Amino acid sequence: MNKLKRNVELLQGNEACVKGAILSGVRFFAGYPITPSSEIAEGMARLLPQIGGKFVQMEDEIASIAAVIGASIAGFKSLTATSGPGFSLKQENLGFAIISEIPCVIVNAQRGGPSTGLPTKPSQGDMMQARWGTHGDHSIIALAPSTVNEVLTLTIKAVNFSEKYRTPVILLLDEVIAHMREKVEIPAPEEVEVINRKKPTVPPEEYFPFKPDQNGIPPMANFGEGYRYHITGLIHNQKGLPTSNPQEIDSFIRRINNKIQENVKDIIIYEKYFLDDAKIALIACGSVARAAERTVKLAREEGLKVGLLKLLTIWPFPSEEVNRLAQQVDLIIVPEMNLGQMVLEVERASRGNCEVVSYSRVDGELINPIEILGKIQEEIKK
Amino acid sequence: MKERIEICLSGAGGQGLILAGIILAEAAGIYDGKEAVQTQSYGPEARGGASRSEVVISNDSIDYPKVIKSDILLALTQTACDKYVKKLSKDGILVVDSSMVKEIPSVPAKIYQFPITKIAQEKLGTKLVTNIISLGIITGLTKVVSMEALKKAVYNRVPSKAKEVNEKALLLGFDIAKDMKLKEES
Repeated sequence: MNKLKRNVELLQGNEACVKGAILSGVRFFAGYPITPSSEIAEGMARLLPQIGGKFVQMEDEIASIAAVIGASIAGFKSLTATSGPGFSLKQENLGFAIISEIPCVIVNAQRGGPSTGLPTKPSQGDMMQARWGTHGDHSIIALAPSTVNEVLTLTIKAVNFSEKYRTPVILLLDEVIAHMREKVEIPAPEEVEVINRKKPTVPPEEYFPFKPDQNGIPPMANFGEGYRYHITGLIHNQKGLPTSNPQEIDSFIRRINNKIQENVKDIIIYEKYFLDDAKIALIACGSVARAAERTVKLAREEGLKVGLLKLLTIWPFPSEEVNRLAQQVDLIIVPEMNLGQMVLEVERASRGNCEVVSYSRVDGELINPIEILGKIQEEIKK
Repeated sequence: MKERIEICLSGAGGQGLILAGIILAEAAGIYDGKEAVQTQSYGPEARGGASRSEVVISNDSIDYPKVIKSDILLALTQTACDKYVKKLSKDGILVVDSSMVKEIPSVPAKIYQFPITKIAQEKLGTKLVTNIISLGIITGLTKVVSMEALKKAVYNRVPSKAKEVNEKALLLGFDIAKDMKLKEES
């Protein structure tokens, strides 16, 4: 018998994000409310002050991520939440967090865009913005849950990855997942794996703030604990000071990319449904994966060998897994609530080993299982 | 019970449909111990504009979280009725607020008409409980959730000063649905 106390609650995706954040140790939130993410700010405002955390409603989204970066430097695990318009505003400081290697989590509850777009309707239009929204060569981690339970577990993962790899992590929700309510089994705090950033073991006078350890990640001293150092958005040397030395520049850029690329096995999470004997594979994420799961059942009832690869990690993209799948199946269909963003990565990763087609919907409604089945039947007839 | 029951609660923003969906899902999922998912769709307006709340209830885990064909459709406005009746299953049940919906669609589904808003105003003095009366009606007609579970969920989700009126509303809805059922059977 499991003696740990677990509560089962009917929670909204956004509420599960709050629970997950707090369980993983987040104690600082700065944000500017925006549909469909506002309940995250509301929940944080309610809960953080009760547990010694801080909630700040900022004047805008730029300031919000700036405050989150600052709080993280001071040692607080920090998170902000927004939607498309706010995510666009955060891109510059997202780059700052990447180059200065500050752990933090940015939740983007995707709604229809561009611009103000469709405030209350779902979309997956920010898949590529999550990857390339900020400029310059960089790696990023982005996770996309498709159940409310996964919102909780992936929020914890996101915070843990940010601490482990000293990098901002993006949690990509969509309006359906953000607002949907489902039963969630809330883990007891003692069963949650919590990863904390590695701190320096040397005294302040011997500390090089950007000198990587054997894993390519520099131990991070919190400001205010006696370690005085410089943080800049300029490319910097191991002391944290700007550098124009080509060797230092090259090794720095490669290191902040490699620390993620070389750990894809740890970071990439996916689930397989009925793929063992599949001839046709669906690749989907977020709320669309829920539709695709049903499509697989409907297709199997018709005797069609269809399976699903559900992606929980979007970035870094699970290229190796998709490539293996492409060698097994004849056709991959990528249903998504955009005009075809993830399908580009699937095509790249498939390397021509099978046919790859896109199924798009951009009218603000969730793709339904019947239309994906229709697409499968249409492709079979060709 | 069918493996998967799909319920669509529709009307206008401000009629409490999203809360009604949450209460129904909580009754089924937490208090009746089934699986339940609640989703919603609404416009950028705070009041007015189309609003719908969808609840899927099942004994098994739920994949697709939205309604494909409603087994139960509640329509509190004419616009909602006209729009969502297209997605009503032919063996489904349509519950309309006859104080708001004047043109009843001709569909093979079973149709029940109650002047819900009028009843709320006349019997309980507030239109605010239209949503809870509707839940009582749905439970009285279909047993999609147990009345005990629904009571607990209402208690859990409405503010304490409104508990009494909401409990009355729930029983009122349940009773008028039961009376209707009895009339049908006799």
